[in-house]
Amino acid sequence: MLWLLPALSLVAVFLVWPVIDTVRRSFMNSDSTKYVGFDNYRFIIDNPQPISADTHAALLNNLLWLVVFTGVTVALGLTIAVLAGRVRYEAFAKSAIFIPMAISFVAAAVIWRFMFELNPDQGTINAVVTKLGAEATPWLQDQGGPQTWFTNQGPQDWPQPFQINNFALISVGIWMWTGFAVVILSAGLKGISTEVLEAARVDGANEWQIFWRVIFPQIIPTMVVISTTLVIQALKNFDLVFVLTGGRYGTDIVATLFYKQSFVDRNFGVGAALAVVLLAFVVPIMLVSIRRFQAQEEAR
Amino acid sequence: MTIRAKVAATPATQPTTLKREEERSGAGPLSLFGKFLSKFSVHVILILIIVAWSVPTFALLVSSFREPADIARSGWWNALTGSWSFTLDNYDQVLSQRNMGRAFMNSLIISVPSTILSILVAAMAAYAFAWMRFPGRNMLFLLVVGMLVVPVQMTLIPVLRIYGDVTVDTQVPIIGGNLFGINSFPGMWVAHTAYGLPFAIFLLRNFFAALPRDLFESAYLDGASEVQVFFKIVLPLSGPALAALGIFQFLWIWNDLLIALIYMGDPELAPMTLAIRNLVSSFGTQYQFLTAAAFISMALPLLIFFALQRYFVQGVLAGSVKG
Repeated sequence: MLWLLPALSLVAVFLVWPVIDTVRRSFMNSDSTKYVGFDNYRFIIDNPQPISADTHAALLNNLLWLVVFTGVTVALGLTIAVLAGRVRYEAFAKSAIFIPMAISFVAAAVIWRFMFELNPDQGTINAVVTKLGAEATPWLQDQGGPQTWFTNQGPQDWPQPFQINNFALISVGIWMWTGFAVVILSAGLKGISTEVLEAARVDGANEWQIFWRVIFPQIIPTMVVISTTLVIQALKNFDLVFVLTGGRYGTDIVATLFYKQSFVDRNFGVGAALAVVLLAFVVPIMLVSIRRFQAQEEAR
Repeated sequence: MTIRAKVAATPATQPTTLKREEERSGAGPLSLFGKFLSKFSVHVILILIIVAWSVPTFALLVSSFREPADIARSGWWNALTGSWSFTLDNYDQVLSQRNMGRAFMNSLIISVPSTILSILVAAMAAYAFAWMRFPGRNMLFLLVVGMLVVPVQMTLIPVLRIYGDVTVDTQVPIIGGNLFGINSFPGMWVAHTAYGLPFAIFLLRNFFAALPRDLFESAYLDGASEVQVFFKIVLPLSGPALAALGIFQFLWIWNDLLIALIYMGDPELAPMTLAIRNLVSSFGTQYQFLTAAAFISMALPLLIFFALQRYFVQGVLAGSVKG
């Protein structure tokens, strides 16, 4: 099978074997010389080194990413798609919001480092904030809670993961991915038949009712598709956090903690276990989305 | 599914609705004013969002052309109102002294061959999966596609070990780097090709399988070989799919940080993403370097975006399942 040979051997060496090897390594000690049973997984659950390797924070932060990043991106995407559908410069609006999709997370990190800069003579956001009368905030370092957004008061450290810097990081992710949601949702909206909408209007429904009772139920499947993609993004996310904070100030997520454990602290066992945890979360979501895609293709 | 909108659809329905509402409520000018107000607020909200989305990139672009002293002293918005004193020095500095020129070349040397190689290898496999009969075909296809779930992070250490064993440290002429393994361009080509395969095979197999069966049958009847069918029928007919996939693959590799970070540690060989990340760690607040470097790395993706918007959007949308 000469046609398949290059592909299959590459997949075997770069994907299949590494997965097996990583699973094996997750049951071994830090330099992979002897088996230690479930010790590495116990490390993740018990969190014995909260200063250098806060596994609980990483998991909670990832969870916050998953919920807030996905929820806000879909909601914002739907809002923009609906609004853009009502104006003549729709194509322009969608392009403007889609552009961040083209650039790398690293470039986005530089852009937003500059936006979040503490000095109000440099950082755009703090310039606006100080103009409005509040104090400038070190957005990427501040571990305070949401109340300090408005008052600059309250406990310095807020329970994980609801700290300002996490929300700042997530908002960069939202900035990058909203365009994706807008483009898919607006294609979905165009698929809703105008006759149904007209019928609803004849029956005396107002625009608000039409949106929630007619448009929204029909667009739910599309939103599910987008959500699965975003959830996987949130789980695998690495670059943004790595470049913007390096996981410092309590912003570690599973992928950055994995990197630190594996390549900085040289603790291969815990690193591998973190990777396996990541895989365990991604597999079910990915299976659902592959199956749906397959069904779509067959229906075509 | 293009960004080019069916603009006609919405405004066309608008007047009829308006008229109906007037008839129903019976209040002429007042409801018209309400309509105007809601239309007006749609514009206001939308334009605010567009501005919010564009300002960050715009700020970067403006700052990259400002004098370092100006960047440190005053916000980028001052450059728009005050005296116009723009400069290309930052770009000059970054390209010559901060090695960004070399990094840009490295990014190209990594991305272009990787993209071509991955599409070629994937297309061959997809062709076999779509049109050849052999035992275990579906099993193998599922295995390959199943690899979509694997986060790249998981593979880094095992592959790094393999690369450590097979590194050939003969310097390659012109492009530089080792011949293979760690710190080598061919090593990056092979790694990126491999990581891109599950998705590329998945996408192309589905596309190839949808080509009409008659085409293949008549070609085989005419005595065409499999190789001829592949190059003369399958590939030419798959132009749009290959273009979309190629753009996605190229951007994915161009924008990659993690794989370069692990397999390409040598700063001389680092692509743009890695070079900028190093710049962030060493010159965290020297925005004259950061902004210019970031914009150089964005230039090519943005060019592709504006020139090939249709394929670009399709590619990114199709690629989204890869995550």
